[in-house]
Amino acid sequence: MVPLSWYLILAAFLFTCGLFGALARRNAIAVLMGIELMLNAANINLVAFWRYSGAVTDLAGQVFALFIIAVAAAEAAVGLALIIAVYRKRKTVNVEELDLLAG
Amino acid sequence: MPIEIPIPTVTQVIFLVMALFTAACGLMVVISRNLFHSALFLVGALFGVAAIFVLLEAEFLAVGQVLVYIGAIATLIVFAIMLTRGMMRGRTSPMNHVSGRGALGALVFFVALLAFLKKVPWPEQAQAIPVDESLIAGLGDKFVTTYVVAFEAVGLLLMVALIGAVMLARDR
Amino acid sequence: MQTVPYWGDVVTGWLTGLGLPEGWALFIAYVVGAGILITYAMLSALLLIWITRKVVSRIQDRIGPNRVGPYGLVQTVADALKLLSKEQISPAYADPAAYNLAPILSVAGTLMVLAVIPFAPGLIGVDLNVGALYIVALGSIGIMAALMAGWGSHNKYALLAGFRVVAQLLSYEIPMVLSILTVVFLTGTMRMQAIAEFQALRIFGFNLGLGWLGILMPASMLIFFISSLAEAELTPFDLLEAESELIAGFHIEYSGMKFAMFFLAQFVNSWILGAILATLFLGGWQGPLVDQIPILGLVYFMAKAYGIYLVQQWIRGTFPRVRIDQLMYFAWKVLVPGMVILLMYQAIVQKLPVALGIQYLLVFLGNIALIGVVGVVLKRYFEQEKIRTKRSFSPRTLVGTMQPAPEGAD
Repeated sequence: MVPLSWYLILAAFLFTCGLFGALARRNAIAVLMGIELMLNAANINLVAFWRYSGAVTDLAGQVFALFIIAVAAAEAAVGLALIIAVYRKRKTVNVEELDLLAG
Repeated sequence: MPIEIPIPTVTQVIFLVMALFTAACGLMVVISRNLFHSALFLVGALFGVAAIFVLLEAEFLAVGQVLVYIGAIATLIVFAIMLTRGMMRGRTSPMNHVSGRGALGALVFFVALLAFLKKVPWPEQAQAIPVDESLIAGLGDKFVTTYVVAFEAVGLLLMVALIGAVMLARDR
Repeated sequence: MQTVPYWGDVVTGWLTGLGLPEGWALFIAYVVGAGILITYAMLSALLLIWITRKVVSRIQDRIGPNRVGPYGLVQTVADALKLLSKEQISPAYADPAAYNLAPILSVAGTLMVLAVIPFAPGLIGVDLNVGALYIVALGSIGIMAALMAGWGSHNKYALLAGFRVVAQLLSYEIPMVLSILTVVFLTGTMRMQAIAEFQALRIFGFNLGLGWLGILMPASMLIFFISSLAEAELTPFDLLEAESELIAGFHIEYSGMKFAMFFLAQFVNSWILGAILATLFLGGWQGPLVDQIPILGLVYFMAKAYGIYLVQQWIRGTFPRVRIDQLMYFAWKVLVPGMVILLMYQAIVQKLPVALGIQYLLVFLGNIALIGVVGVVLKRYFEQEKIRTKRSFSPRTLVGTMQPAPEGAD
């Protein structure tokens, strides 16, 4: 078997990548991709914990992962619709230029 | 079942290959200069995560991952990239002005996570899993018993997201 | 009834008998199995292309290929050699990664489906417990391939065609999933082998093998067939082949071997979709005497799969092509609502406290009703369409361009 810690290290790395993408990218779509990576990392953790827990038939980890997938789909749909609406108005998807609310 | 491989070395080799692939794709998503390439690497990373799910013997989740993430979300992202095409050319840096601090923060976060991982004695072995369909049936059962409220809430959320996305992106 | 062992167990048992550790034996068995499946797909593509050309030419009153080999059977090999020897041309501003990966992904996504197709009892690549869903999930790889090809070619016609194809594939995936779901509801399993086994019809212990779900659920089968035509980009949904009207499709910038890969993926994909239809609705390898002689299952399965392929080619030779708006109208306003209602109806029927036979009868009646409703909707649509085309092409509107025809005149 693969030790649980291997999965956790992979998930930690993916989460870090996603965090960096969400913090540091200029393009709003790239920020969204970073968020998707973070959600995936969380999913790996949930499923790995489920698999290595004592109660395999409890399935709570898998159920949560499925909920995350559904929420990620909703988030991507609304997020991308927002980005496209903003692009229509401002002709940019650069998060640095979207500063109307910053006094 | 393809993943019922009892000799540890084979599973571990497959895991290492898939993990390296996933991690490399994940890294390239955030540092690639070309946004379209970022999206392609995202597809690679999502596929790698699906493979990791297969290794964890969660086949239903793996298939759902491919269906929802690659079939729907990645396609949406690529469409959005194509519709906001002006930003595609990598003339300027793809990073914003806080990227240095972002990188530092992410690195500190990663090191902290690893330090935490070191402290806990994680299990090395997982229990055997029933090979029939009882787990998938159990999953469906959980959705309409224990988690029925959350399930309905997600259904409502998806409906609202659908309508909201159409309203937001509609060309007026 | 004798049970046929799963081929993987047989091969693994033999390899461990030779002294290999079990894990490696399983690994080698699967690699060999995958190799056999891929080789079969490549060889069958040659035959499929020949069948298409022969059938379509006979329908169009031509002879078709008849020079290379007996009955022109080797013509496809000659064509493949020609395509292989062509110069590799790629557009100057193409995105090399996307442009070169797209054909590979297209073929890979198609071939991966073969793993869950039950050819005969015990003869299936992997009997996944999510087999039916796995087929649907792999469709998304084809979608990505189309997008990558459209974008990577750096050609606006290719990009537009990529959008068009993605819209088509995404739209028709939904009725397809719903019709697969009706089968899963009835059989209570997503295992392809179990779905095939479900369709046995036993009378006094003798397996007639004729309990086909297509007889019970004709509407589901028809909708699956229509969706599979759209998924395989076949007539009447073959907007990709409209070279004169729509500049073909996302593969316009491809030539030589890369074009051949798209071509191969398309032909193998239409056969695979036919094979899935055969498994889900026509009993797969079920047939008389299959319990006694298991290898007969392979014959039945191949006969059904190639039979459906012939029907697809018959449609290809005789049907006109639909417009993109008609294609979308049909998917979203006819098939999806119809299938959703049918699925809900079937779910309710299966929970009714009545005998299994009455449940099946109710499911059958619901299917017949859906076919009737879809027929009426289509009839009305075509009547309106007829009035519209007549109006726009009527001599009065053409001659008297200064005075447009009055409303309602035709």
